[in-house]
Amino acid sequence: MIDPATATPTTESQSSNLVNEFAPRRSFLARFQRWEWMLVALLFIVIVLNSGLSPYFLNAVNLSRTSSDFMEKGLMMLPMVFIILTGNIDLSVASNMGMSASLMGLLFNNGINIWAAALAGLVLGTLGGLLNGFLVSRVKIPSLVVTLGTYAFFRGLAYGFLGDQAATNYPASFTYLGQGKLFGTLIPFSVGLFVVLAVVFGVVLHRTTYGRYLVAIGNNENTTSYSGIQVARIKLINYTISGFISALAGLILASRFGSTLPDIGTGLELSVITAAVLGGVDINGGKGTMVGAVLSLTLIGLMSFGMGLLNIQGQVQGVIIGLLLILSILLPNLVRNIFGSKTRLTPQAIGMIVLFVIIFAVFFVFFFWSRTLALRSL
Amino acid sequence: MIRRSMFVVLAGLALLGLLLGACAPAATTVAPTQPPAATAAPTAAPTTASMGPLTFVLVPKNLGNPYFDTANKGAQDAAKELGVTVTYQGPATADVTQQITLLNSLIAQKVSGLAVSADDSNALVPVGQAAAAAGIPVVSFDSAIAAGGRVFHINQAEAQGIADVQIKMALDLTGADGGKIAILSATSSAPNQNDWIARMKTDLAKPENSKLQLVDTVYGNDDDTTSYTQAQGLIQKYPDLKVIIAPTTVGIAASARAVSDAKLIGKVFVTGLGTPNQMRDYVKSGASPEFALWNPSDLGYLSIYALDALATGKIKGQPGDKFSAGKLGDYTVLPDNTVLLGQPTIFNKDNIDNFNF
Repeated sequence: MIDPATATPTTESQSSNLVNEFAPRRSFLARFQRWEWMLVALLFIVIVLNSGLSPYFLNAVNLSRTSSDFMEKGLMMLPMVFIILTGNIDLSVASNMGMSASLMGLLFNNGINIWAAALAGLVLGTLGGLLNGFLVSRVKIPSLVVTLGTYAFFRGLAYGFLGDQAATNYPASFTYLGQGKLFGTLIPFSVGLFVVLAVVFGVVLHRTTYGRYLVAIGNNENTTSYSGIQVARIKLINYTISGFISALAGLILASRFGSTLPDIGTGLELSVITAAVLGGVDINGGKGTMVGAVLSLTLIGLMSFGMGLLNIQGQVQGVIIGLLLILSILLPNLVRNIFGSKTRLTPQAIGMIVLFVIIFAVFFVFFFWSRTLALRSL
Repeated sequence: MIRRSMFVVLAGLALLGLLLGACAPAATTVAPTQPPAATAAPTAAPTTASMGPLTFVLVPKNLGNPYFDTANKGAQDAAKELGVTVTYQGPATADVTQQITLLNSLIAQKVSGLAVSADDSNALVPVGQAAAAAGIPVVSFDSAIAAGGRVFHINQAEAQGIADVQIKMALDLTGADGGKIAILSATSSAPNQNDWIARMKTDLAKPENSKLQLVDTVYGNDDDTTSYTQAQGLIQKYPDLKVIIAPTTVGIAASARAVSDAKLIGKVFVTGLGTPNQMRDYVKSGASPEFALWNPSDLGYLSIYALDALATGKIKGQPGDKFSAGKLGDYTVLPDNTVLLGQPTIFNKDNIDNFNF
């Protein structure tokens, strides 16, 4: 780093670096250095690769059916981005989903109108979120601990509501939420809902002061608080919204299944967090875009769909997504470390690039080999 | 002067370009034609059901379960006889969400038929209907999809018969004085398990079984460790427990192991549904003197013949339709839209060495 107070530019490169450091305009290509563009590139590669490898990939009916598989995760990801931006986490989203759907199922089984039951589920989910928010913001327990506790607590409530029974035979007007399509197109209702909510959340994040406050809290909570911003209230609101959306996602999932069991949605919270972090939302808070999160959801969805068509096993798919996640965290750091403020093809840089290429080649051979292994009877 | 940003782009493109190169189009699916331990040769991609070779998929509740692996063996035998391809794909754990995603992917690939053992009978109905709408016949075997989500269900034995034989064996093992018994099941959502448990409870209410007292029902989730821990829990919680009934091949093996490890052979007996190869040592040691099953290989075999009859249009799947299933003979679809494989067999030390599965 050049100290502007004492530096004397002695060479061309040093002076142009000075200009780069402090000039407000960025070069055209520097704009493309963001992680979001990497996601776009990966998305492009995935689409090209998969449409080449399988004739069923770019089929509208198939894409329509597979997209609804991801919408519950997508919905829960939206408030999760807000929460992670502030430097917190919410591990209880899937359990909240299960709890709300189970209450709805219990009420429906006892003869209550499905929409009233659904409303009750939504209210319960929101209250659950409120509980999380209260414990995190007022009682000031770390969010990891709080949501780990409610993760178990909510799921226990779900089993308490439904036990061994299942709630089934939802009316068609309700199953439209998870299974219906919009006005004669192939787009599922849940996808339409997700798009609308994603736009709303995105606008709030990037164009309102509330969104700015989220980023500020994530960057430095103390200074934000000393600046007079009500940090506790913002966190409370975040968690309450998360509870509401989790309950909504629970309704959609129950309607997609046409039935509810208390273990509905188990394990989804990790996929939600993965999608958010892969989208460039820094897990420590303070950095991230909604565009990135939506892009990463699309990327994971298309990759999983494509891999499924190629008969790649679920666990192997998990390996791939995990690697991508690690890459999403490593790559920006590595690039910054290798290149720093000068661009030179040092032997170290070349070595790193070659290493990456080799690792990728090895893993891809592994993935294709694993397919034939999986399809042999075990 | 090359900018740093260009290097990121170039490096990224180089990596991705190599990915593209590494993924040269290979066989899109692989069809195993041999039972386990043989190598599989890649064959051509599956085509749609109307013309050309048919591809059926056997979808178990989860992978890594020897019971379903044996069903697959039978399915592969049927595939060879019929000249079709059968692939064996399932979720990693007995989770219905994963099963639905897998089935959606298979529907997208336009397979010729699906034989599914359901993780949740109700949740699979929408996806079963989607398959039917796409022209893909769906049958369930072992664990039923609810009516409306499959053409018919292939039942290994009558549910009542399965429940009856397990209570009968429990009574044999406790002796005339009866005693406390417990049930160790699979997952709490499995439809076949819940059906059998309900029927066993009705049987227990009958006067001839009045000396048997059911103290608990626990769930091992078809996971070996969980089942083992649950069995240990039962033994510790009920010191005078006489019999553990485990209507699941994973649960019975784990329970027998738990009883052996706790050195309670002869005091606590294990019975239920198990495979001969897994249970042979326990039958001989006395931990599980008798248990029952049908041949899951026959179940897989019958499922593929049924799918073939449906996919080629030989039958429509209505009650009364008859179809032939190779070495197993002829079968008729029953009025409740099920097909019955046969009666359960009781295995004990007298006959266990005659079987190898």
